[in-house]
Amino acid sequence: MPFDWMKIPYALLTLFIVFNFGMLLNALIQKIGARVGRRYGVPIWQNYADLIKNYGLRSSITHGVMYYLGPVFRLTGGVGLLLFVPTIYGSEMFSNLSFAGDLILALYFVFFGTLGMALGAGESGHPNAAIGITRGLSQVTAAELPFALAVFSVALQYQTFSITDIVAVQQAGFTSWTLFTNPLAVAAAMLSFLGSMMRPPFDVVLAPQEIPIGPPTEYHSSYLALMQTNRAIFPIAKIVLYMSLFFGGAASWPVFFLKVFAIYMVSVLVGVAFPRFRVEQSIRWFLIWAVPLGVLSIVLV
Amino acid sequence: MKVELESRIVEGPEVVGVEPALDLQGKALPAVQPGAYSRTVTLMPRAELERRMVKGPDGVEFEVEPLRDYYCEAGPTVMPAAYLKIVEDLFNWARSRSIWILGFGTGCGAIEMRPLMTPRFDAYRFGIQWRPTPRQANLFVISGYLSVKTLKRAIRCYEQMQNPKYVVGLGSCTINGGMYWDSYNTIKRLDDYLPVDVYIAGCMPRPEALLQGFEDLKKLIRAGKAEGANQYAERFDWYKANQKQIIHDWDMPDYNW
Repeated sequence: MPFDWMKIPYALLTLFIVFNFGMLLNALIQKIGARVGRRYGVPIWQNYADLIKNYGLRSSITHGVMYYLGPVFRLTGGVGLLLFVPTIYGSEMFSNLSFAGDLILALYFVFFGTLGMALGAGESGHPNAAIGITRGLSQVTAAELPFALAVFSVALQYQTFSITDIVAVQQAGFTSWTLFTNPLAVAAAMLSFLGSMMRPPFDVVLAPQEIPIGPPTEYHSSYLALMQTNRAIFPIAKIVLYMSLFFGGAASWPVFFLKVFAIYMVSVLVGVAFPRFRVEQSIRWFLIWAVPLGVLSIVLV
Repeated sequence: MKVELESRIVEGPEVVGVEPALDLQGKALPAVQPGAYSRTVTLMPRAELERRMVKGPDGVEFEVEPLRDYYCEAGPTVMPAAYLKIVEDLFNWARSRSIWILGFGTGCGAIEMRPLMTPRFDAYRFGIQWRPTPRQANLFVISGYLSVKTLKRAIRCYEQMQNPKYVVGLGSCTINGGMYWDSYNTIKRLDDYLPVDVYIAGCMPRPEALLQGFEDLKKLIRAGKAEGANQYAERFDWYKANQKQIIHDWDMPDYNW
């Protein structure tokens, strides 16, 4: 298959739109969280100021090669996930680099950034970073299990590993969404989704006030700014994957914005209503409630 | 491990040709006389600072000298602003709109910072938030009196922050010692030890006063006048001499970022 060079500017355009949407959406979510606590909340452009400030700091220090590569890997995970999933279904411009077996690759990219971050933060040598990594990897692994089961269930159901094909099957009206054709898999995946969005009750990994900020303890200046950039892209990329697999995908940008916001709000609603889990509690919770659902969905398919 | 107490004379670094530092009113501060702070120092018996042999995970034994190997002794340097004025203006705008405070309450004044996070004052709407690590913080609020013991930690935290960084002195104690004027173990004048950008007077200043102080700091940052980090680098010897004059158990490198 000849490579179409026009895909590169299209992919960059997708990245640009998603990045800005992610920056604004994150601030909006922070604002909603603040309103629940009866605060006024940050201005909607606050994340831009934080980002420019961090890129604009004059000095930075490094702890070694892996420390340097950690945020780079993290950003690669976010951007890679976004570019290998068809962002807008049926659009030549925004299908990006999706191909026949992209579901396996997407699963890999979801985990990739966390591993890179673990290596990088480990090299910073700060004990708080080490504690954060231990907590983060245990929790992410436990949360990833039901998601992987749900993905295999969906792949079995549609007999394909291509996300584009899976979205295509769901285009016959909303009753054809995986949400209705395979509700158990969606339930397992949504419980796993709560665990990976870094919001309560599963945010003890960062825990900004108790274990000073976890893995990024030593990260600052442009290192931190790279990670902030990823914080805008990665959640959206992950939600795009969920939207494509379970909620019928999006055929246009307005539908995309609406569905991404709605799916993000699931974790926000749960987050403002429930207090934080400790790591062993959250692992137990995933294993008891989410994993059996995933196994059941595979058995029933 | 048994560590023997050691006594020795420590000579301070020669202070030659340093311009007199200016206080906020532009008056010259008293210069430190060379050798004025030579004194007998008792090094603390701390096992973790001793030179020792360490066996690595691969079985190779090597010698570690913590004070030299775990810290950097290279002093701070003056960091120039961005080449283009418009870029520096953009950075200054972002710096003023995104002030991250180091969550380190050094004295009783820290109690006045906590209400700023609550719905009543909500400093987040001004772009102010708290970070738990000095690496990510830009603003160090010295909240109230500073004992000599805490000064040591404050210096280490300040030196770990990245350029540009700001210091706000909260309460009268940071200006002239306040009610601790004749205390044996608190410092009187914060500006002698760290470059202060803004003082917020009062004992205690209310949270509203703090917000006003932060607004004043924002104006300084926007105007490009909050260059405390570069000032610290320029007058490094002067600041170090002042710090060593008052910290008697100096068991860390001169500069540890």
